[in-house]
Amino acid sequence: MTAVEPRPSDDTAAPPPRKRKAALSEGKKAERRLGLLLVAPAALVMVAVTAYPVVYAIWLSLQRYDLRFPDDRRFVGLSNYVAVLSDGFWWQAFFVTAILTIVSVAIEFVLGLAIALVMHRTIVGKGLVRTVVLIPYGIVTVAAAYSWYYAWTPGTGYLANLLPDGSAPLTDQIPSLAIIVFAEVWKTTPFMALLLLAGLALVPDDLLKAAQVDGAGSWTRLVRIIVPLMKPAILVALLFRTLDAFRIFDNIYVLTRGSNGTGSVSILGYDNLFKAFNLGIGSAISVLIFLCVALIAFVFIKLFGASAPGSDEGGQ
Amino acid sequence: MAETRRRTLSWSAVNLLVLLYALIPVLWIASLSFKPPGTIQDGRFVPQEWTLDNYRGILRTDAFTSALINSIGIGLIATFVAVILGTMAAYAIARLDFPGKKVLVGVALLIAMFPQISLVSPLFEIMRGLGLFDTWMALILPYITFSLPLAIYTLSAFFKEIPWELEKAAKMDGATPAQAFRKVVAPLAAPGIITAGILVFIFCWNDLLFAISLTSTERSITAPAAIANFTGASQFEEPTGSIAAAAVVITIPIIVFVLIFQRRIVAGLTSGAVKG
Repeated sequence: MTAVEPRPSDDTAAPPPRKRKAALSEGKKAERRLGLLLVAPAALVMVAVTAYPVVYAIWLSLQRYDLRFPDDRRFVGLSNYVAVLSDGFWWQAFFVTAILTIVSVAIEFVLGLAIALVMHRTIVGKGLVRTVVLIPYGIVTVAAAYSWYYAWTPGTGYLANLLPDGSAPLTDQIPSLAIIVFAEVWKTTPFMALLLLAGLALVPDDLLKAAQVDGAGSWTRLVRIIVPLMKPAILVALLFRTLDAFRIFDNIYVLTRGSNGTGSVSILGYDNLFKAFNLGIGSAISVLIFLCVALIAFVFIKLFGASAPGSDEGGQ
Repeated sequence: MAETRRRTLSWSAVNLLVLLYALIPVLWIASLSFKPPGTIQDGRFVPQEWTLDNYRGILRTDAFTSALINSIGIGLIATFVAVILGTMAAYAIARLDFPGKKVLVGVALLIAMFPQISLVSPLFEIMRGLGLFDTWMALILPYITFSLPLAIYTLSAFFKEIPWELEKAAKMDGATPAQAFRKVVAPLAAPGIITAGILVFIFCWNDLLFAISLTSTERSITAPAAIANFTGASQFEEPTGSIAAAAVVITIPIIVFVLIFQRRIVAGLTSGAVKG
C-alpha cells in the first residue's frame, strides 16, 4: 500500500489523548474483539475488490495479452510501459487530463467559494438555494452531459445557436475541451461549494465584525481572514476535486467520445480495453493512472499538509 | 428601511442567478424531452408543441425499462450491503478502541480517491473468469467497494454526535457493547444511516464507467450505460427525444431525494471533511 498516512490536523482542536496504557481488562479485550469483528467485513470487501485487482493489473501489464490473439499471451516485462510511454497517445491524453483538471478545479474553486458565500450570507431564500444547488450534484452525469451535448449541437441547441453560423463547437479540440470543462464545472461546483460552506461556518463572526470595525473592506476580510481560516477545508476540497477531476470519464464519453484530441487518460484506458482489446497495454495504462493519482495525493498531503478527512478523528 | 429592502432585493437577484445556474440544464433536457420530432431541432428553449411520445417510446422498449429495473435493483442491493457493512465499521471507528483503526481509515480514504479506470481492466478479466461478467454481481461488488468509504465517513461522523452518556448508561445497566449498539445507538443513528443510504444510492445510480465495462446486455446493463448506447431508428436519425426523456426519468428520483432530504445530504456530504 502506498501509505497515505493520515496526519492529525494541527488546525482543529485535537481531542485530549485518552490513552490509558493499563493492562487490558476483560472489557477492553471484548471491546477490541468487537471492534475488529465489526470492521472486518468492510475491510475485507474493500481490500478484495481493490487490492487484488490492482496486483492483478500489475501482473497483466507485464504481459503481452491481446484479446484478439489470446493464445499469444506471454510475459514481456516492462515493454508495455515502454510502448505506452513512448507513444504520443498517452502523452496527449495525459496533457489533456492535466489541463482539464487544473482549469476546471481552479474555476470550481472560485465559483464554489462565491456560491458558498452566497449560501452563507444570504438573507433571503437560504433553504431554497441550498436545496437547488444540490441538483447538479445529484443529477446523473450522463443525463447532464447530454443536456450540454444537445445545447451545443448546431441547430438543436439553444447555446449553439448563439454562436456564428456554421460553427460546430464539439468537433474542434479547443471548443470541445472548453465545453467539457464547462460541464464538469457545472456538475461539481456545488460539491465544492458545500465543502467550503462547512469551512465557512468555522470562521467566527466576531472576528469579521472586529475587522470591519477596524476598517477592513470585504475583499480584505475575504483574503486576510476568511480564506486563511478556511485553509483546512479548502485543501480537503481541492484534494478531493483534483483527484476526482483527474479520473474524468463520463462527460468526455458523452460529449466527444474522446475524438479530436479530447480524450482523458481514463478514456484512453477504456479504449485500449474495449476498442483495441489489448489487456496488456490497457493494464499498463491503468497502473500508470494509479501512480499519477497516488503522486497527486502524496504531493498534496506532503506539501500542503492537507489533513485527510477523518484523520483527526482516527485516534478518538 | 430602504437599506434593508435594497439588500433583500440584491440578495434575491444573486440567489436567482444561483437558481438559474443549477436549473437551466435540467429544464433544457426536460424541454427537449417534450418536443415532438418535428420541432426537436428548432433550438428553442421552450417547446412550441408539447408531446409525451418520447416517454411512451422509451417506456415501451425493453432496452430502457430493463435497464431501469437493473439500475434500481443493483443500486438498492449495493446500497443495502454497503450501509450495513459501513454501519458496523463506522460504529467501531467512532466508539471502540481497537488496533489498526488508523490503517482502516487510511485505506478507506485511498479507495475514495482511487481511479476507477485502474480497476476496470483487471475486474473485466476477473469477472469473465468467474463467469460474473454481465451479471448484477459484476456491478454490485465494485459499487459496494467504492461507496463504503463514503458510508463509513458519513456514518462515523454521525455516530460521534450521539451522546456517549446514553451508551454508557446502557452499559451500566448491564448491556454488553453489542446490546448497547443494537438497542441504544442504532435507533439514534437511523437518520445518519438514511443519509448514508441516499449518498451511496446516488453514487451507484450515477456510475457509467463500470456499467459500460462490466455489463453488455439487457440482463444487467444499467440506465446511464443504456442511454449512452441509445441509437436512433436509423443510422441517420439522432435519438435526441428518447435520450432526453430517459435522462429526465433517471433524474427525477434524485431530485425527489434531494428535495426531501436536503438538510441531511448537506450534513452527510460535509461531515467527513471538517468535523474536528
